[in-house]
Amino acid sequence: MSTAIVAEPSGFSLPKSQLNAVRWNLYFGFAVLAVGVVMGLEQALNYDRVGIIQHYPVVKSYYQGLTIHGVCNALVLTTAFANGFITLTTARGLGRKLNNALVQAAWWTLFVGSLMAAYAMLVGKASVLYTFYPPLRADWTFYLGLALVVISSWLISAAQLAALREWRREHPGARVPLLAFMSIATYVMWDIASAGLAVEVVVLLLPWSLGLLPGVDPMLSRTLFWFTGHPIVYFWLLPIYVSWYGLIPRQTGGVLFSDTLTRVAFVLFILLVPVGFHHQFVDPGVSQGMKFTVATLTFAIFFPSLMTAFAVMYALEIAGRRRGGGGRIGWFFKIPWSDPSVAAQVLAMIAFLLGGISGLMNGSFTMNLEIHNTAFIPGHFHLTIGCAVALSYVGIAYWLIPYLEGRELWSPRAALVQAFSYFFGVMIFSHGLMAGGVMGMPRRTDMVHASYWLPEWRIPGIMTAIGGSLMFASMMLFFLIVVMTVSAGRKVQPGDLPFTATVQPPPTAGWQPRLDRLSYWVLASVALSLAVYGPFLVAHFPPNLASAGLLYP
Amino acid sequence: MERYERAFLAASAVVLVIFLAALAYSSVAMGIHLPSHNAMIHYQAGDKLRMVLRHTPPFDHLGVREIAPGKYQAVVIGRVWDFMPSEIDVPVGAEVSFVATSADVIHGFFIAGTRVNMMLIPGYVSEFDYRFTRPGEYLLICEEYCGHLHHTMSGKVVVK
Repeated sequence: MSTAIVAEPSGFSLPKSQLNAVRWNLYFGFAVLAVGVVMGLEQALNYDRVGIIQHYPVVKSYYQGLTIHGVCNALVLTTAFANGFITLTTARGLGRKLNNALVQAAWWTLFVGSLMAAYAMLVGKASVLYTFYPPLRADWTFYLGLALVVISSWLISAAQLAALREWRREHPGARVPLLAFMSIATYVMWDIASAGLAVEVVVLLLPWSLGLLPGVDPMLSRTLFWFTGHPIVYFWLLPIYVSWYGLIPRQTGGVLFSDTLTRVAFVLFILLVPVGFHHQFVDPGVSQGMKFTVATLTFAIFFPSLMTAFAVMYALEIAGRRRGGGGRIGWFFKIPWSDPSVAAQVLAMIAFLLGGISGLMNGSFTMNLEIHNTAFIPGHFHLTIGCAVALSYVGIAYWLIPYLEGRELWSPRAALVQAFSYFFGVMIFSHGLMAGGVMGMPRRTDMVHASYWLPEWRIPGIMTAIGGSLMFASMMLFFLIVVMTVSAGRKVQPGDLPFTATVQPPPTAGWQPRLDRLSYWVLASVALSLAVYGPFLVAHFPPNLASAGLLYP
Repeated sequence: MERYERAFLAASAVVLVIFLAALAYSSVAMGIHLPSHNAMIHYQAGDKLRMVLRHTPPFDHLGVREIAPGKYQAVVIGRVWDFMPSEIDVPVGAEVSFVATSADVIHGFFIAGTRVNMMLIPGYVSEFDYRFTRPGEYLLICEEYCGHLHHTMSGKVVVK
């Protein structure tokens, strides 16, 4: 009495060449994460004013390390993981492989782009942090490298859309399988959202860094950056939602209830792209009215995450009750907590509840004055990307690597220890940063050498250091598990993806089939973006390129 | 079950609308304003912004002055890597309007323990009104990364 969320529930497997592309993206992403995590330890200890950067090879300053940390973990890892994992879910959802040339090209583009950015950062020509606000100026290799990373995601999107078109031609009038719909919607959202960053880098920063433009417009660049810089978090989050909606119900022994609700949530993410101004609440040059409009849209985009909380929690409840859990919350303890993939992702969901609430605080217009650019912000986003997303990557890896390698997970017990220790590490770490932030502790500051310090930052700083150290140790255990699984896991027959089914099938008549017409939603989203950003862009055209900049600061 | 689904979604929407209404109240009725669109400083490629500011009011006279009885203006420039002036003295209980800008890259202007928090962007004038109700020494921090000595960019506000 339920409908599978893929086109071919049995008997489909991807060709080896495509699985290899998935594999390379995944392992490269985790290798990059390892570099980011090593940097992270130093940044966590920084808030307890313990300096260890002088013992690091190559890296010379706190800000160089922080740039590497942000670019590795937030830009390269996330794109690599999404490119790999979503290629797999799209292909599995449609029951057809994606265009091999595009998938291969995406991998090489990502790889070359990452190397270029890595070069610029490692030689110290790009200590501009991962937001790279001009007029701080990096080497051109940094900007071109990041542009290539973004372009790699567009190539995956093109491969998805080509496969979707072919699938539709073969299945006229059929609903797009839910797993494929979620995967494709993720990239369609990102195609729109990434336009701001693309224009900023390609039209302004890259020519400027090559000396082709006399200067740069800091306000325009920053606004284009944040046009992408907020919805980029949905590009981090939605691949995880694909897992939470599409796979976790099956992994826990439950089922997803509503097909329609799931699609509506993804469509809302496509629609509500223009929310980036809420990162500029305390900027001059942006009117209060624009700020309040965007605060409203920001609250609106909280709605699909509340839908997700409902839908995913219900799937978990079905699982817990099927497994004999009773009462109002008894079912929660009956879901298979001994499965490290499930435990990691359910812990990630709990972190996301807290991350969402703290994010709503950041987006709260006047409340933003209290916490803008304080340590509260990294406290918040280590709950979201640093735990909800990262710990879900880990949880997915706990079935995905065995699936890709045809090997059993090495030591599920160690994996459980890893998931729980990481979760508690983040809780301590983020509490430290958020508490410090409320007391005025700034983010992005070399506290070891700072010319100021307030005594009330001491306890939050210690918590940050302890929590961060636990996160570091836990991630090292994760890398050990990955290496041991790939090299020494017991060989087994490869299985299939743990895709779920929906209790309510996708209706083929009524208004619901229109949800699959992504082009409508793209048009609506572009129109809304122009309505919100149009006046600002018109006022800043042509750009005032008066600001000369500060080179590799 | 669809009934619960609808009820949950309706409740979610109501909660979000209540939150938004609270924010509108804080802004309109309690008068807490964000820094907003403001004056700009006109300069062109090739100009030294630092020189332009010397001849642009109010940045031609830095520091605190009384602009009306009980109302003060504190004019500050942020540059790599200090504030000019680095000490701002204001009377307790008076309304102080902080007017600031940057002479080079993007800086922050944040007085720890208060809601005085704004970005200083080259070419733009940032303004924020605040009333200190307790005397003491407050820490002024640049809270936006501005280059390799960013962590030395601080000052103090002395409220007497």
